[in-house]
Amino acid sequence: MTALHHKLFRDLSRMTGQMVAITAVLACGIATYVTMRASYDSLLFARSEYYSEYRFADVFAHVKRAPEALARSIAEIPGVAAVQTRIVTDVTLDVPGLEEPATARLVSIPARRVPLLNDLFLRQGRYIEADRRDEIVISEAFAAANQLKTGDSVDAVVNGKWERLRVAGIGLSPEYLYEVKPGEIFPDNRRFGVLWISRETLEAAFDMKESFNDLALTLSQGASELEVIERLDHLLEPYGGLGAYGRSDQISYRFIADELTELRTMGLILPTIFLAIVAFLLHVVMSRLVATERSQIAVLKAFGYGRLDIAGHYLKFGLLAALPGSVLGIAGGLWLGSLFTGVYARYFHFPVLRLQPNSYLLLSAVAVGAGAACIGALSAARRAVALAPAEAMRPESPEQFRAGVLEHSGLMTWIAPATRMIVRNLSRRPWKALATALGIALAVSILVVGRYTIDSVNYLVDLQFRVMQREDLTIAFQEPRPEHARYELAQLPGVLQVETFREVPARLRFGHRSRKTSILGTTPEDTLRPLLDRSLTRIEVPGEGIVLNSRLGEILGAPPGSQIQIEVLEGARPVRVVTVAGWVDQPIGLGTYMRAGALHRMMREAGTISGAHLKVDPRRAARLYSLLKRTPSISAVAVKEVALASFWKSYGDTIWISTTMLVGFASVIAFGIVYNGLRIALSERGHELASLRVLGYTRAEIGRILLGEQGLLLVLAIPFGLALGYALSFLTSHALARDLIRLPLVIGPVSYTYAGGIVVAAGLLSGLVVIQRLAHMDLTEVLKSRE
Amino acid sequence: MIPSTELPPSADLAGKEPVFHIHGVTKIYRMGDVEVHALRGVDLDLYAGEFVVVLGPSGSGKSTLLNILGGLDVPTAGEVHYLDHQLTGAGDAALTRFRREHVGFVFQFYNLIPSLTALENVALVTEIADHPMDPAEALRMVDLGERLHHFPSQLSGGEQQRVAIARAVAKRPDILLCDEPTGALDYPTGKLVLEVLERINRELGTIAVVITHNAAIAGMAGRVIRVGSGRIVEITRNERRISPSELSW
Ligand SMILES: Nc1ncnc2c1ncn2[C@@H]1O[C@H](COP(=O)(O)OP(=O)(O)OP(=O)(O)O)[C@@H](O)[C@H]1O
Ligand SMILES: [Mg+2]
Repeated sequence: MTALHHKLFRDLSRMTGQMVAITAVLACGIATYVTMRASYDSLLFARSEYYSEYRFADVFAHVKRAPEALARSIAEIPGVAAVQTRIVTDVTLDVPGLEEPATARLVSIPARRVPLLNDLFLRQGRYIEADRRDEIVISEAFAAANQLKTGDSVDAVVNGKWERLRVAGIGLSPEYLYEVKPGEIFPDNRRFGVLWISRETLEAAFDMKESFNDLALTLSQGASELEVIERLDHLLEPYGGLGAYGRSDQISYRFIADELTELRTMGLILPTIFLAIVAFLLHVVMSRLVATERSQIAVLKAFGYGRLDIAGHYLKFGLLAALPGSVLGIAGGLWLGSLFTGVYARYFHFPVLRLQPNSYLLLSAVAVGAGAACIGALSAARRAVALAPAEAMRPESPEQFRAGVLEHSGLMTWIAPATRMIVRNLSRRPWKALATALGIALAVSILVVGRYTIDSVNYLVDLQFRVMQREDLTIAFQEPRPEHARYELAQLPGVLQVETFREVPARLRFGHRSRKTSILGTTPEDTLRPLLDRSLTRIEVPGEGIVLNSRLGEILGAPPGSQIQIEVLEGARPVRVVTVAGWVDQPIGLGTYMRAGALHRMMREAGTISGAHLKVDPRRAARLYSLLKRTPSISAVAVKEVALASFWKSYGDTIWISTTMLVGFASVIAFGIVYNGLRIALSERGHELASLRVLGYTRAEIGRILLGEQGLLLVLAIPFGLALGYALSFLTSHALARDLIRLPLVIGPVSYTYAGGIVVAAGLLSGLVVIQRLAHMDLTEVLKSRE
Repeated sequence: MIPSTELPPSADLAGKEPVFHIHGVTKIYRMGDVEVHALRGVDLDLYAGEFVVVLGPSGSGKSTLLNILGGLDVPTAGEVHYLDHQLTGAGDAALTRFRREHVGFVFQFYNLIPSLTALENVALVTEIADHPMDPAEALRMVDLGERLHHFPSQLSGGEQQRVAIARAVAKRPDILLCDEPTGALDYPTGKLVLEVLERINRELGTIAVVITHNAAIAGMAGRVIRVGSGRIVEITRNERRISPSELSW
């Protein structure tokens, strides 16, 4: 090892505290990078493997009932590679051990196994046997949630007939990668599951001989999805087509795609912020180092060390500070990444989902860490190189002080000398003070953003489940029913209140943009599902107009007042042009609303209903459930409390892991910045403070001067950081806005207090450490040094 | 340590080729509107093996001259030749190479690297030199053979200055430039340091240029250069050189 390397390592070990701080922040940055990139890569890899191996379709469509012969015409549409017709229907299910009725999606499969689009991956058991019509393959998530094994059976009401179905196998399909009940956002695997059953069984049960009601197709290379969909819709229209759609509207695809986008976005933004802070910290530390080593640099130069040697020396300093951080960060990131993928595996059902970090990622993590370190060390290294050797031999001239505004205003005479020193020090180098304050503010703001996610989800869940949805139970009918069905419902045991609703599937068109959605009829009398906007104001839909969720309004580009075309996909399939009466800002879904009366008029129907929201006497709920399980006309039952509980069960951990990571890392940053600021101040003021001690100032007094300066910056930076945090949360809420869910910008006072508190705690702790150092300051040693 | 009190007489320089040849060297520092003329047209030749003492009042330009000789600084005008190399107009890389290969510096405030031991401070220079001495041997030359692994903060001022000398000579430089090497030292320690410098000059044949405020030191020089207001005022030759141990001030 050369003498210069000895110097390097001794300098590094002399600055252990600061190096630990920088290493910790860097490790956090690299860890977020590795966690998110590795999770992203693994999800992306798993998805593409799964999609190609199990032939995930490109276009999907549902019809009321179409003859099998139509499949040939569909296959002849230019651009269509393969077509798969199916029978798909939702039924209620009685699962052993589950009080409430579950909903099952029955998906037909051929009696004999052939390669399919959206094919089955069999995890356990076997495929159904051709001559056993009651055999099913059930989805793995549903099986796991209800502890069903092969050989078990479940009871289902299949088109009015009670059937006992036997579990032959447990499997998955890319179509149900994210297995969620239609119309819902959060999975509830206990109460919703996919059952694959033989086509013959379904044909017989639903009287669908030689017919299908659902299809999936793949496109050939270079085909236009839009054109195929248009032709497909045209072919399906006479048979009650509900509008074909591509992958981007397929619920599982949508969810994984959104998750991937979010991972990629956050995997870029977070590490960038963290590494910028690393660069800033290193910059401050190394600028100070080069300033204190002026004469040493001059000696090196005098003895013939060249520019490269000097630059290399200081860059190595930065790199050595970065290396352990990168290694730690990679290790931490891999660990967190496996936690992440573990959580993902809970609601994205892949045949295999493993964290698969490639060596490229690990190399790039090291490179990114080294890059941040080099950027941080660069300006200090350049200053070292630029130092004229002769110049550096001369002692640094006393720093320039000028009388500023404060001095002239005469305010200074009112301030104690110690405070005067603080104010002068800060105002002498305003940029430096500003940079430190900015660093602290950044730490505060990241803490705020971390907390924002928690607050926002809490608020959203409360809003959705307690304010917007006031019912206990929601029932959806298989087919629209006449209005008087409400009296049958009211007769059921335990039902306290019935509020029916009409919901109509439709495609909305504005200009060249269109979107499949469903229109909900509302009345001003609705109490269980009042139409509220984000600020909980009740929205009245006027006359014949339509109110769009503002996100949908943005997607269609249809502002209030514009005329949009509605193509209803049910019944007589009327096509109408209506006026957008307004937008309603709601955090979940893409809802569309009309007055119930207007909706009925458009459908040319009298009082038809699609389902009902119920208030239920909890003491009689069990009886009600067991009755509902046997009611053939009902396709889905949703129990609100149960949905809420399952939401927290599946999402609680996810939110906890990601926010704990963020908040933990932001706390590390806060400590890193504050501690480092104090250490630099101690190094710069050490000489001056020692002189004051010699003049008879007590340790407490000089401590006050030193800490006062940083304390003042801290106090000034916190409110700024809170505001910055709010702004960052605003940006985050926009960056993460999805069609299905948009986290509202809600940050509670507790979160602001928390963010400020962590930084103050960081300040106090760092202050203690520095006071400790002050106590051990060797006065003679400090005064002897030339600096 | 030094057997004879009689130093070899200063050689007759007439007819010898100079090692350093500087001509018309001017150095002007600009500080805002003010121009400081540190050197105003200096001509000087330095010859192989000679021991030169530079005297002059504070601010007269001694350090500036030394820095230009050592390639630490460049003149505003004039020429500096080292053997057949032209130093004026040479780039940073060439000057760095010149310093690395030919020059040893000793500074008033020692300027040791505080995080390196005595031995490592010397090694710092020998590692990048072509034909260096063993660092430990260089330290033994200045009687610090027992203190190899001590850090600067564990050494006295005189000891630190001797480490600095060992560091300067360990690479066997052609010229040793010393800016007030005894300025921060007490009387006996200062003499000790001067003895070391004299011995190096004698045994290794290194040109030694020593700046000092102490006129008494001039006695040990072959030539004494007096600087005043940026000019060389006078150059005198000592017919008889006095050994440092006999100097007194
Ligand atoms: N970097 C600089 N910028 C401006 N002026 C300078 C600089 N370096 C030296 N000077 C000025 O040049 C003049 C000569 O300086 P120099 O250091 O050579 O003097 P010196 O003879 O070594 O003095 P001393 O005995 O005090 O060390 C002085 O007036 C000094 O103020
Ligand atoms: Mg000088």
